[in-house]
Amino acid sequence: MFAQCADPAQLEGFAWLMCYLTSGKHMLFYASFGTVLLLLAVTAPMALLFGFLGAMASRSRLFALRWLGKIYTSMVRGVPDVIFFLFVPIALDQGFEWLRHQALCDGDAPVRQGNDFIVCAAAKLPLSTAAPWVHELYGLFLAVIAFSVVFGAFAANVLYGAMQAVPRAQLETAEAYGMSPRQVTRRVLVPQMWSYAIPGLSNLWMILLKATPLLFLLGVEDIVYWARELGGAKTSAFSYPHPDWRLYYFLGILVFYLLMTWVSERLIARVTRRLSSGQATMAGEALRKGAA
Amino acid sequence: MSCAQTISDYALRSIGFGERLLPRSDFTLCQQFTLIGSGLIWNLYFAILALSIGFFLANALAVAKASRNPWLRKPAEGFIFLFRGSPLFIQFFLAYEALVLLPRAGIEIFGITIATSWLTKAWAGALIVLVLNTTAYSAQIFYGALMSVPKGDIEAADAYGLTGWNKFRRVVWPTMMRLAWPAYTNEAIFLFHATALVYFSGFPAFQQRGDSLYYASYFADKTFNPFVAYPIVAGYFILFTLLLISLFAMVNRRLNRHLPGARKRLKYRPQLIR
Repeated sequence: MFAQCADPAQLEGFAWLMCYLTSGKHMLFYASFGTVLLLLAVTAPMALLFGFLGAMASRSRLFALRWLGKIYTSMVRGVPDVIFFLFVPIALDQGFEWLRHQALCDGDAPVRQGNDFIVCAAAKLPLSTAAPWVHELYGLFLAVIAFSVVFGAFAANVLYGAMQAVPRAQLETAEAYGMSPRQVTRRVLVPQMWSYAIPGLSNLWMILLKATPLLFLLGVEDIVYWARELGGAKTSAFSYPHPDWRLYYFLGILVFYLLMTWVSERLIARVTRRLSSGQATMAGEALRKGAA
Repeated sequence: MSCAQTISDYALRSIGFGERLLPRSDFTLCQQFTLIGSGLIWNLYFAILALSIGFFLANALAVAKASRNPWLRKPAEGFIFLFRGSPLFIQFFLAYEALVLLPRAGIEIFGITIATSWLTKAWAGALIVLVLNTTAYSAQIFYGALMSVPKGDIEAADAYGLTGWNKFRRVVWPTMMRLAWPAYTNEAIFLFHATALVYFSGFPAFQQRGDSLYYASYFADKTFNPFVAYPIVAGYFILFTLLLISLFAMVNRRLNRHLPGARKRLKYRPQLIR
């Protein structure tokens, strides 16, 4: 990276450490923190969307749709999320490849042959000729879907509860004004539910934050992957030999997460304050009195 | 090979009894059900021990956090923040790496050598992490409940002349449990589900003795078919989660037995508070 780092064997002490920490692999390690943040940035809105759809489906008047919503919202209660994280990406991958197999491959060789899952070369996802970054991006894409599905179910639970918590009288008043069901939902229910949803959603954010290291299980080169890779003992065959330092790398990751939690708690406290203003709740009343 | 034969070979495989080799090809449904069920022994072992040890520690920690003495309160707050603020997955890795660094030969204290190698095994190392983790989460729940014990209850206890330990044991603690119980049920479910992480987080599965998810992923990897093994393990977890909920509901009924309306079946509403 830097000119003075050309021959690490000559370096000692602080200079060695500086060169060590700025080596190419370490840059990838730092970039993987970005991967985590990217996952959070994409997953959170996606999960919220899935959750909203799930909650609306559970409130639907159509029997089939309601049951679909109920099953979706209750699936995460009984089953550990890590099972979904292992299941969803591989199931999706095989699903996509199967669809492409049906469309792109001629001949009707079955996809499952004994213990193998075989599709023709044209149906592979991503194509075996694709660049490595395409494979990585595809892996991350599957991970995002898996996270969104699981946390969408959690969010659906929270949002459903929040919709139920909006006072019945509010909705009845809106109906009395002659609003259609859709208008009631859009103008009264949705704007009001957020203040009831915030405690649950902030909890969910914390759970999501603490689920991000599970990316490692999905084969994404995330911070856990790099911590294990870089921290493992390096013999003198490497340019920067060192004993087993994984403990220190994991301590670094721990500090990263503690920091994220701490910042999140601060932000959530602010948003809660914001959303409770003007609400007919105890928090809103306290704010009103404080201002007067 | 008949199913009964498979069951007798593999039902206790996860704790080291029965057939040594795992099936390698021609996987039958019976094999998958049996082995994954066998792995469930470890999930139950971790969940039951961690919850029952963590419960007592959490009570102590909650009281420490509510204490006015900063020498008690600050460490309790720090401990809770540390374990609630970081992912369990990272805690497992960190604990494993730290325990591996302990000297192999054991530590000598006052001339007695204390063996350390057992700490790196999942049954001990992962259990310690799970206990500390659930202690922190439960302590936060109990602390919240302790703070919401009605003022009137305490005044009534004072009026009866109850003080100190007697007041805590007879008045404060039962109310605290009653208030905390729904959230604590939720925490127990989360912890039970978290036991599925153990064998994916650094702790090696000695002689392929793993938990249910370990075997499920073994089958899914070998057959390239996630649609059989994972639903089986999910089914097992749903079954035992329902069992856990009904057990906790029984305790809840007992805690609320003096209140009007307690006869009614209490509906479990997941709070998603962890």
